[in-house]
Amino acid sequence: MSAAPAVTPAITPIRARKAGFLRDLLSVARRAVRSISRDMETLIPALLIPVFMFAVTVGALQDFAENIPGLDYRAFQLPVAVMFAVTGISRAITVVTDIQTGYFARLVITPVNRLALLLGLMVADFVLIVALTVPVVIMGYVVGVRFETGLPGILAFMLIAGFWGLIFSGFPYAIALKTGNVAAVNMSFMLFFPFLFMTTLFIPQEQMSPWLSRVADYNPVTYILAAERSLISEGWNLVALRDGIISALAVGILSLGLALAALKGRATRK
Amino acid sequence: MSLDSGVNDTNNAIVTRGLVREFGAVKAVDGVNLAVRQGEIYGFLGPNGAGKTTVIRMLITLLAPTAGTISVAGFDAVAQPDRVRLSIGAALQEAALDEKQTGRELLTLQGRLYGLTGREIAARIADLTDLIDIGEAMGRLIGTYSGGMKRRLDLAAALIHRPGILFLDEPTAGLDPLSRNRIWEEVRKINTELGVTIFLTTQYLEEADALAHRVGIIDRGRLATQGTPADLKHSRGSDLIIVKLDGDATAAAAALQALPEVEAVDAHDSELTISVSNGAAFISAVALKLNELGITVRELTLRTPTLDDVFLQVTGSRFRQEGASPAAGEDATDPAP
Repeated sequence: MSAAPAVTPAITPIRARKAGFLRDLLSVARRAVRSISRDMETLIPALLIPVFMFAVTVGALQDFAENIPGLDYRAFQLPVAVMFAVTGISRAITVVTDIQTGYFARLVITPVNRLALLLGLMVADFVLIVALTVPVVIMGYVVGVRFETGLPGILAFMLIAGFWGLIFSGFPYAIALKTGNVAAVNMSFMLFFPFLFMTTLFIPQEQMSPWLSRVADYNPVTYILAAERSLISEGWNLVALRDGIISALAVGILSLGLALAALKGRATRK
Repeated sequence: MSLDSGVNDTNNAIVTRGLVREFGAVKAVDGVNLAVRQGEIYGFLGPNGAGKTTVIRMLITLLAPTAGTISVAGFDAVAQPDRVRLSIGAALQEAALDEKQTGRELLTLQGRLYGLTGREIAARIADLTDLIDIGEAMGRLIGTYSGGMKRRLDLAAALIHRPGILFLDEPTAGLDPLSRNRIWEEVRKINTELGVTIFLTTQYLEEADALAHRVGIIDRGRLATQGTPADLKHSRGSDLIIVKLDGDATAAAAALQALPEVEAVDAHDSELTISVSNGAAFISAVALKLNELGITVRELTLRTPTLDDVFLQVTGSRFRQEGASPAAGEDATDPAP
């Protein structure tokens, strides 16, 4: 080619503009929700592990644990099962894939609101996480667990679990955005162990050895489990619910703070 | 020709002045001045690691310059990145796509992020399906696409909001010749039918030659030369006589330089490149002169200049490109190394 063509500007009503935060959020969330249905194999562990843990733990310890006066061990274990279902669920691996394929860069050079790139994924995560609590609740019902707080309590139970799952997802997102590395994201699973095992996982806190009981005092999951258990066994214990939500929020400040900082680092020109 | 020509012209789509980018101690881009006119295809040519991608990433607001200024579509890319983003489209190296979406879903998301309404998106997808010739594949998952189809969809995604300036970073790297030709056709159509200014980086000489109205050659972070492919090639002389001989070519170059018809002689290892105005008439004289000097000639070729010759002239080395077919106009017996 030797000479630039004479340019006739196209007359068109189409004009690029900022879509606004809410529309960006919904657009990103819609893509993430759609990808869940095409990635069902990743959900199998989240569906099987809670059932497995519940069956094994109740099978092994129910008779022993129910020597503690007033303890219904199946009701005690149901919140543990739901925590296993929802902790660590995120689209962080998708973020890594997007970074590695250059799709994240494609999104960043659109006028999309940067915050929507992360929160849109988290909206989809929340939908999925709450959905994952449903089979656990059904499993509890099948084995005879009943909620003192009735249907509203079941909904509160699912929402608290969803809230926790959402907050925990901040860690893998932070790692994904910071490193763009799948192996590093998978390592975020390591956080799962202190949070879920150094707490009232198997027996009530009063029965734990002093050192582990002391650690559990500082573990926010202890209070989230207590809030969940109160909905099943006690009724509306507002103090337990308050403590559970505050504990989750405390973790959220850390996890979401890290994720937002990583997003800023990834989406800002250097 | 001046490397700064047009930098102050307000009718330019892209202008950079003294563009520098450092990565630690490494200066990847070193004082690049560019002026890309509205409506033209500008080919930014250089070997791997020359600084092409770093320049394009600064132009599309993905990377901040260490020094210098960038104006894209009349906006300062450093101070007004949001305004720049609304005016440009970009298809980066390797098709940047989500393989778990269908083509239609990907374009719809892209359109929504540019603020288009559902009706506008539907209209644009209809336009682009025709322009990019992707047809029934729009409804299939992108993971099932061939490499060429992915590149064409990538182009469509870059065009969904009808940008005035399109950046293409090595759009045909790794594609087979057939797919490469199809992408070239699309790029020409986008330029001629839509009037889009196109900034194209490439490591393929023939791609720059075939597509670009003007070419800039970047080497080691510096803009070595720029101009139309014809002007650049003309600067090497009307014809080139290439001589491959046994031993060092320096002494032969000095002897040939003394001949009145010779415009220039470049010697590189055992190869001579002789610029003359009428190669057909002069090639026998070259052969006789070398024979007189007792120099054994292994190969004697007459051809017109290529961008590779321009590259050799301005950088002192042959262009090294990966996976390239012989450049247009090159003699098949003498491909670029």
